Amino acid sequence: MALLQIAEPGQSAAPHERKIGIGIDLGTTNSLVSAVRSGQCTTLADEQQRHLLPSVVHYSSESIDVGYHARDNSNADPKNTIMSVKRFMGRTLKDVTSHWGNLPYEFVEGSESPRFVTPQGELNPVQISSHILTALKVRAEASLGEEVTGAVITVPAYFDDAQRQGTKDAAKLSGLKVLRLLNEPTAAAIAYGLDSQEEGLIAVYDLGGGTFDVSILRLNKGVFEVLSTGGDSALGGDDFDHKIAQYFASSLGLSEQEQRHNHRRLMNAGKAAKEALTDNTDYTCQISLLIDNEEVNKNLSISLAQFNELIADLVHKTTRICKRALKDAEVSLDEVNSIVMVGGSTRVPLVRTEVSAFFNKEVLTSIDPDKVVAIGAGIQADILVGNKPDSDMLLLDVLPLSLGIETMGGLVEKIIPRNTTIPVAKAQEFTTFKDGQTAMMVHVLQGERELVEDCRSLAKFSLSGIPPMTAGAAHIRVTFQVDADGLLNVTAMEKSSGVQAEIQVKPSYGLEESEILNMLQSSVQNAKQDMQARMLKEQQVEASRVLEAMQSALAEDGDELLSPEERKAIDNSLFAMVDAAKMGDADAIKKAIEAVDKLSQAFAARRMDKSIQQALAGHSVDDI
Amino acid sequence: MNYFSLFNLPAAFTVDLVQLKQHYQTLQKMTHPDRFANASEQEKRMYLSKNAQINDAYQVLTSPVSRGEHLLSVRGFTLVGEQETVGDVNFLMQQMEWREDLEAANDIAALDALLASNAANLAAQEEKIAGLLKADTEQDNASAADELRKMKFLVKLASEIQAKIDAIEE
Repeated sequence: MALLQIAEPGQSAAPHERKIGIGIDLGTTNSLVSAVRSGQCTTLADEQQRHLLPSVVHYSSESIDVGYHARDNSNADPKNTIMSVKRFMGRTLKDVTSHWGNLPYEFVEGSESPRFVTPQGELNPVQISSHILTALKVRAEASLGEEVTGAVITVPAYFDDAQRQGTKDAAKLSGLKVLRLLNEPTAAAIAYGLDSQEEGLIAVYDLGGGTFDVSILRLNKGVFEVLSTGGDSALGGDDFDHKIAQYFASSLGLSEQEQRHNHRRLMNAGKAAKEALTDNTDYTCQISLLIDNEEVNKNLSISLAQFNELIADLVHKTTRICKRALKDAEVSLDEVNSIVMVGGSTRVPLVRTEVSAFFNKEVLTSIDPDKVVAIGAGIQADILVGNKPDSDMLLLDVLPLSLGIETMGGLVEKIIPRNTTIPVAKAQEFTTFKDGQTAMMVHVLQGERELVEDCRSLAKFSLSGIPPMTAGAAHIRVTFQVDADGLLNVTAMEKSSGVQAEIQVKPSYGLEESEILNMLQSSVQNAKQDMQARMLKEQQVEASRVLEAMQSALAEDGDELLSPEERKAIDNSLFAMVDAAKMGDADAIKKAIEAVDKLSQAFAARRMDKSIQQALAGHSVDDI
Repeated sequence: MNYFSLFNLPAAFTVDLVQLKQHYQTLQKMTHPDRFANASEQEKRMYLSKNAQINDAYQVLTSPVSRGEHLLSVRGFTLVGEQETVGDVNFLMQQMEWREDLEAANDIAALDALLASNAANLAAQEEKIAGLLKADTEQDNASAADELRKMKFLVKLASEIQAKIDAIEE
């Protein structure tokens, strides 16, 4: 019997409307961009056929330079050549300097979050990251010859709210629509899973330049379910370089000041040594160092055995985190079917042998460990822009770190535990402790420890507009919602009166919404007219999309789910929207669309509930 | 929100976990935000909060303690505050004994034994609660609420034993 394909309303994109979704791996050391072309996802190269883009930005008064040129000339102007900016994302200056010390950059003094002083002005990590993202976007559009619709950007699974928000803000600044922030290990699993139609348990071991992640996933009929995730957002291949650099410095007997002056050169030598020791058992080289203002040539050497000894503790730390992740997933070691290796640092021989020994299995390395994350992100981006409406793939991610609030005595009460599948919402009730109290503070934290000072402060909310009542009479219900990107959103309501309490969010790190707006405005100052034309066009497209969707929804369920009065009100709002769309005022169209949205909200909710009930009813029939 | 009806399951303490999982997956596939990456803002918001609710509901219904508490609240039985101690002197004595046992156990074997006996206690407690929650009477609901509080203690004890094992293994 022939089966008719019935398209879901709004999913029947005409072939010429093919949209471009790109995958971006915004790495500590290198970044990549990928896209699906003729059914295959590949990373996109620059004009010189290079796929990687070093995550290095050089600022001079004339230009902003991203990539190889900036990296290769880093010795010439270390102060203005920002490397590994990912490590600064969502962090305080103190966090970063206490861990990596000896940084060659100049920071604005007195500010809590790091602000770099450059010839292009004071820049924060979000802005610097946006310069890398812009370079990737430009590369993608040059390579594909088309405008990019949206992007999936990968982040370490272990990134907290502030780091995720920073990444999303950076994308916003570079004009990219973020379809989804995807955890790097999940992206890698997509790249492997779809190729080999793998089913079962999979461990993704991801050791990049600056971060380590491990995730345990279950793959079943296209559903990628993250069971647990763990990692260390301050451990990576750069630490290996650092260990070798320190070894070189101490074997040459350099003073602390000499070390600081030669920091970048020693790190580069460390990196070269690490890479050479992937295929060799010994490494020697000559290095030029600046000692007493004179260039002095020195000989350096290190053996593979010495290198292994230097990094043994760091590698052992990663397998301990793997053990923890298995425990959190409630699975045993021998249940794991495959181990995916991700990140350039998994080329280090000791890493491969130790991980293989830990899991007692061969590790998978068939996809280039530098590209695998970007490829997975590109596959997901292609699905999310709507090019594969019949795709069955679904990614169920988890919250990497517990969310909690401060309670009496500086303790943290957990509200959503880590490894909870996201999106998720949890409500918590608070009460007033003074008569007539109309406001209260809520301090939100992220982390596993019990004391406030040991967790990361995400935000402080002040709830105001609580109706004055006797102490304990007002019940404020605060809902913490985490979206699919792992980002927190908070709403509050006083229960007895139904009064919506106002929330003022003060992010402890990262940027305020107004700061982003300011940055956006200053970046588009010159293109103001372009912007207006573009906004009008966008609103017109949105209006016709809303019209089409509403018409098909009304045809399907209008008679059943709407009273004649409700129907009439919606119809009228649609006419008004169509009229507005013919005029040239983007704001008026936007308002008309909002009016349609508002009037159709109840209808949309009824349609959702109806389809959910139908789906489960269908299930019950199937079960019999 | 009645989570049992959200999952189209009878409101009862004993649930068919396989069916719960199946219904969860169906709802997941329908409501996950990735299915609405190109939808209107309104639909995005609506499905995001529905999906978030479904994930929370699944958590609540999967664990016996939260499932029991949810059943009581669906029945209109008000649970007293968390701070309320279990007014059962025998149980208080028993708690102290368990705490002392945990204090005294300092190797993996002893801790594993504690974990096993705690698991047996949990299973017995779950069965007891299932019996009490079969019928919806005021008295049985009140007893069930007490037993749920005891079970909560056992769950917490289990995680403390596990934490001590983890600390030794690290």
